[in-house]
Amino acid sequence: MSSEIRFTDFKSDKQPTWCPGCGDFGTMNGMMKALANTGNDPDNTFVVAGIGCSGKIGTYMHSYALHGVHGRALPVGAGVKLANPDLEVMVAGGDGDGYSIGAGHFVHAVRRNVDMTYVVMDNRIYGLTKGQASPTSREDFETSTTPEGPQQPPVNPMALALASGATFIAQSFSTDAQRHAEIVQKAIEHDGFGFVNVFSPCVTFNDVDTYDYFRDSLVDLAEEDHDPTDYDAAKDAILDADKEFQGVVWQNEESVPYGEKHGVTEDMSQVDEGAPEGAMDLVREFY
Amino acid sequence: MPADFNWAIGGEAGDGIDSTGKIFAQALSRAGRHVFTSKDFASRIRGGYTAYKVRTAVDPVQSVVDRLDVLIALTPRTIEENLDELHEGSVIIYDGERTTMEDVEIPEGMIGLEVPLKRLAEEAGGAIMRNVVALGAACEVADFPIENLDSALEKRFGSKGQQLVDNNKEAARKGQDYVDEEYDHEFDYDLETTDEDYVLLNGDEAIGMGAIAAGCKFYAGYPITPATDVMEYLTGRIENFGGHVVQAEDELSAINLALGAARAGARSMTATSGPGIDLMTETFGLVATSETPLVICDVMRSGPSTGMPTKQEQGDLNMLLYGGHGEVPRFVLAPTTISECFWKTVEAFNLAEKYQTPVYLTADLSLAVTEQTFSPEEFDMDEVEIDRGKVVDDDTIEEWQNEKGQFQPHAITDDGVSPRAFPGTGEGAHMTTGLEHDELGRRTEDTDLRIEQVDKRNRKVETAKEQEDWSPREFGDADSDNLVVSWGSNEGAMVEAIALLEEEDVDVRFLSIPYMFPRFDLTEAFEDAEEVVVVECNATGQFADVIEHDTLTRVKRVNKYNGVRFKADELAEDIKQTLEA
Repeated sequence: MSSEIRFTDFKSDKQPTWCPGCGDFGTMNGMMKALANTGNDPDNTFVVAGIGCSGKIGTYMHSYALHGVHGRALPVGAGVKLANPDLEVMVAGGDGDGYSIGAGHFVHAVRRNVDMTYVVMDNRIYGLTKGQASPTSREDFETSTTPEGPQQPPVNPMALALASGATFIAQSFSTDAQRHAEIVQKAIEHDGFGFVNVFSPCVTFNDVDTYDYFRDSLVDLAEEDHDPTDYDAAKDAILDADKEFQGVVWQNEESVPYGEKHGVTEDMSQVDEGAPEGAMDLVREFY
Repeated sequence: MPADFNWAIGGEAGDGIDSTGKIFAQALSRAGRHVFTSKDFASRIRGGYTAYKVRTAVDPVQSVVDRLDVLIALTPRTIEENLDELHEGSVIIYDGERTTMEDVEIPEGMIGLEVPLKRLAEEAGGAIMRNVVALGAACEVADFPIENLDSALEKRFGSKGQQLVDNNKEAARKGQDYVDEEYDHEFDYDLETTDEDYVLLNGDEAIGMGAIAAGCKFYAGYPITPATDVMEYLTGRIENFGGHVVQAEDELSAINLALGAARAGARSMTATSGPGIDLMTETFGLVATSETPLVICDVMRSGPSTGMPTKQEQGDLNMLLYGGHGEVPRFVLAPTTISECFWKTVEAFNLAEKYQTPVYLTADLSLAVTEQTFSPEEFDMDEVEIDRGKVVDDDTIEEWQNEKGQFQPHAITDDGVSPRAFPGTGEGAHMTTGLEHDELGRRTEDTDLRIEQVDKRNRKVETAKEQEDWSPREFGDADSDNLVVSWGSNEGAMVEAIALLEEEDVDVRFLSIPYMFPRFDLTEAFEDAEEVVVVECNATGQFADVIEHDTLTRVKRVNKYNGVRFKADELAEDIKQTLEA
């Protein structure tokens, strides 16, 4: 069946309510293409999302999906994957969802290295609550709640990931469709936690981090002779404050995903009709 | 000789109190005696008073009493802490050569047995065995065959080599011989043994064992007293049954991990204590609205805030019944004994899956950390039944699809229960959300659909009320005019209190309530009673309030909230006075 799967099979019949021109359209299309390209179909795919514009993605995609609570999509995704490793698990979030309320879970999901893909739709603003500063907003970015800008440096998601022991870090640009899908595909194919920060511009509330801005400033690592398996090179690229880039910046080829490391490789959905065989031994232990 | 024997070892945390107490409890259990243990412990790793108490009898024991017959005191404070329970003729075993113990004065009327615990232990191979020397001395005082201690020592130290086992056995004998040779006092005890084989376990262990028996494969939790034992029990055991334990970064993550596993079709659980439930409450609403089966165990401790983490309380009931914003159906089960911790856990998984709703399983600290003996048949695994509810597969999914061939995970049904398709089921791809949704699981703000879904979810409770047995456990005199109602660990003390009350010509009918929601209808029982007393370990009477609400009848209350569980003799007195008041 999988060979006949097209990316449109992952589309639901629900029309997105994202603003016309929103970066999230491209982000989602790239995710669907990457899923189809990697031989997945809707019945073996599980998409988890949190709250915000990004959180709506499960409604517009056709797959098994859960739209959860704010910031906590990552542990849900890990639970799904560990309970059934046969499923392809993709977690979607926004910059607020992932780097603010969910920052703790982000660090630990990275450390845990469960074999799943995390796509963050980063528009550097809170869109659904109508334009407040997000953790990736620039220091001087003026909003309704930060009239003089947040006056704090933005979170560097990739630095946070690298410091937490990430095994795959990439960045892409939602409107560069081909490249974005290719990068997400690499994240899916990675053995472990594949993290992709996607520039997914908010056309309504963010007039700084626009399509034009990214088009003009974005450097593609593939054209830069960047070796993603070179840790120092990855570190330099990630910490380079003057550079916005797309591409796979870091991939640890030695990555052993959590499930494999802990021997969690079986589908847990089936149980016996009564207590499992050998259960009486549990009682005998208490003699 | 009294029917039961009460023994304790006390000292500073880090003195090996817990393991020594457990060895003695196991020795008694292996000798075919019933055992009930309790612990006094402080929330610190080293230092601070801590004690392990053992009550034992040939007949079943299920509570503590206000009496201590033999006390091993490793510190002077141990004697002070237990003065209330020590009585004339109580024996205090202590090491008079220990600097801190040399000036100890044994209270009048009690028997001080000075035993050089450390010196004798060193003679047997190492000072670390001084507590075992004390156990040997206790065996002599209680006239308890020391061979029973041997087998407990083998269980405890067997994996560390025969030499260590032999040294410990010798240490015990040195303690025994010392008392025998140095004191010609005749003690009042003669602990008889039987041929019965008992198992000795605590409530947290029973919950963990129940989870595995019920086919739980996934557990995520964050360590917190007094629930951590559930996680420690499952770790290293659940793997043998194809399961896995994840130690999450916090409780928010724990419940979301467990939710994810449950969505993937696994029987899934998390356990925590009150502060953790606070954190989980956000996701609790999602679990209920997304109709995900999940068992959430709350081992209650003394609150609010961080309260008294190592002390008893039944203060979380209101939170479990009403916690969370909005209105969502839930079940709240509260085991009343350690063996019920096992069976209610099994039941919790079945209820969660049959009705696709979260189930709170609440034990209190006293159930969780105290141990009791049971005959192994009490945990007969052949009696475990698994009911997974309405799960559809590739062949049956069609009947739950709409005209467009889309699976409807929140289909409106008469019983309120919708079909479940585990991810991977063909043609079953669907979403669900904490937002109000339609039958497909998609967000809606349609006012009619809202009502349909709310009613559907609530209908599950009505269905469960009809289909399941929510009866209480009943004790005492069924015809009595005096009705006592309680929940949780109070049952043990109350059952023994009934016997004590009988001796004073006070009869009571006692209903021990294991289901907090849905609840057994007490109206009829109230009509038959002249006096109703509700017993619980909290200050405000949360369950009494609920019962008054259910029955529109005022009740009398016996509340204890100093952090210590009810004792049988104390409870009998409280009940008597309350009935007379």
